[in-house]
Amino acid sequence: MSSSDTLDVVLRLLALFGVFLVFPLLVGQMEHKVMAHMQGRLGPMYAGGFHGWAQLVADGVKFAQKEDIVPAEADRRVFQLAPAVALLPYLLVLVAIPIGPGKAVGWYIDAGIFFVLAVMGVGVLGSLMAGWASANKFSLLGGLRTAAQLMAYELPMLLAAASVAMAAGTVSLPGILDAFHWWWVPWQIVGGLVFFTAGLAELQRPPFDMPVADSEIIFGAYTEYTGLRFAMFLLSEYAGIVVLCGLTSVLFLGGWHGPLGADGLGWVWMLLKTAVLAFVVIWLRVTYPRLREDQLQKLAWTVLIPLALAQIALTGVVKVAIS
Amino acid sequence: MSTHGVALASGAHGFLSPTGVEVAFLLVGLVTLGAAVLTVTTRQLVHAALWLVVALGGLAVEYLLLTAEFVAWVQVLIYVGSVVVLLLFGLMLTKAPIGRSPDADSGNRPVAIAVAGAAAVALVWVVVDAFRRTWIDLRGPVQGSTEVSGEMLFRYWVLPFEALSVLLLAALVGAIVLSRRGKENEAEEPRRKEEAR
Repeated sequence: MSSSDTLDVVLRLLALFGVFLVFPLLVGQMEHKVMAHMQGRLGPMYAGGFHGWAQLVADGVKFAQKEDIVPAEADRRVFQLAPAVALLPYLLVLVAIPIGPGKAVGWYIDAGIFFVLAVMGVGVLGSLMAGWASANKFSLLGGLRTAAQLMAYELPMLLAAASVAMAAGTVSLPGILDAFHWWWVPWQIVGGLVFFTAGLAELQRPPFDMPVADSEIIFGAYTEYTGLRFAMFLLSEYAGIVVLCGLTSVLFLGGWHGPLGADGLGWVWMLLKTAVLAFVVIWLRVTYPRLREDQLQKLAWTVLIPLALAQIALTGVVKVAIS
Repeated sequence: MSTHGVALASGAHGFLSPTGVEVAFLLVGLVTLGAAVLTVTTRQLVHAALWLVVALGGLAVEYLLLTAEFVAWVQVLIYVGSVVVLLLFGLMLTKAPIGRSPDADSGNRPVAIAVAGAAAVALVWVVVDAFRRTWIDLRGPVQGSTEVSGEMLFRYWVLPFEALSVLLLAALVGAIVLSRRGKENEAEEPRRKEEAR
């Protein structure tokens, strides 16, 4: 490897790390402000001066000052390891998401879709470890619900992604974008909705936040966490939103493709699509009440999976018809 | 088979001049083996499941080192993402205790060791015997890409693949039958009570 190659890799990793540190905070701040305005409030207004832009920085400082407590009855090592297991997979996933044409991707992975979905699934282990190791019945319930939810929603997510892979004839994310045409959006729209919904459920975002339901099981698996470890769980939720929105726009909305400026401004389109989807995630949180456990399972098994299968059938038929 | 990426060569490779990848392969293999041994020897149930994650992840890394990218990610997706989650779900549902479980050992220990040892010996022997002179050229183009795997699976191994699907279908139907039978018993329970009266 020559020195320019090394420099290239280092720069890419640094850029990725920057994105990983900044974007989740941007989504978090957006959530504060959008939620507030949707509910007729102002949201954070003081920290940093201009419309409370530094609120999350202040939150971070607060988290860092808190005492790091491990319950006496807890399984110490697993308890302390869980936040890292929850957070790191999302950092890894970012590597594979292309933000522009050509080489604008952290690392070209041949089986990109599988890499992304596999690693995202690993992140959920963090919640399960936290739920069990806390030695707290609310945490245990949260962990159980997390596992049940993951098992129900992993399948429709995979099937929807498989539909796009079939359409493009490749499982690499840049390859899918290279094969993209605008009419894929109406063609794959059902799969897109299934993917996005299942992704929300996997991230345990409202209305699928049964595992963390604060009003009944007190934040589920994270009940016993304080300080930086709790902050890591929160950060992993927002990093998850960034990853999910990025993936949805790559797979179903054409990523860096746009009506104009596809050569130099591709990344603007990608960021715009991701931001709009992140807005939708927040919007859904403000709009919908939490689904009950049986409603969650019913939605996954009787609505999303049949829809995903129908989308695969449609993709196959159209694919054969046009070839 | 040998045309698909696995080149037959004798004499060109030796065990005495290991490359970086071979060393890494060996080290990861040792970690995987260690994690696997811990999985079956630890007295803490959930720790066993978590060591299993390490062992399965180590296997995925081994696949990656052999350039079988597709197989590696599917390994993570299915085993770490689903099977282990299912295991943990079961353990949490049965309230696996924190700390040692004194009843984690059963009297079958010697038999289990014997079976495991025999299976390991048979597998190692068969695999070594079958692939003794087969080398994978790691420096050339990627040989375990999704395209190659897909072509091999659906061109040469379609029948086993379909047989496996039938097996899975049978398992699915079986699971549904079992779970429904449980429900019928519950429904019959009140009736039996009435009859008893």
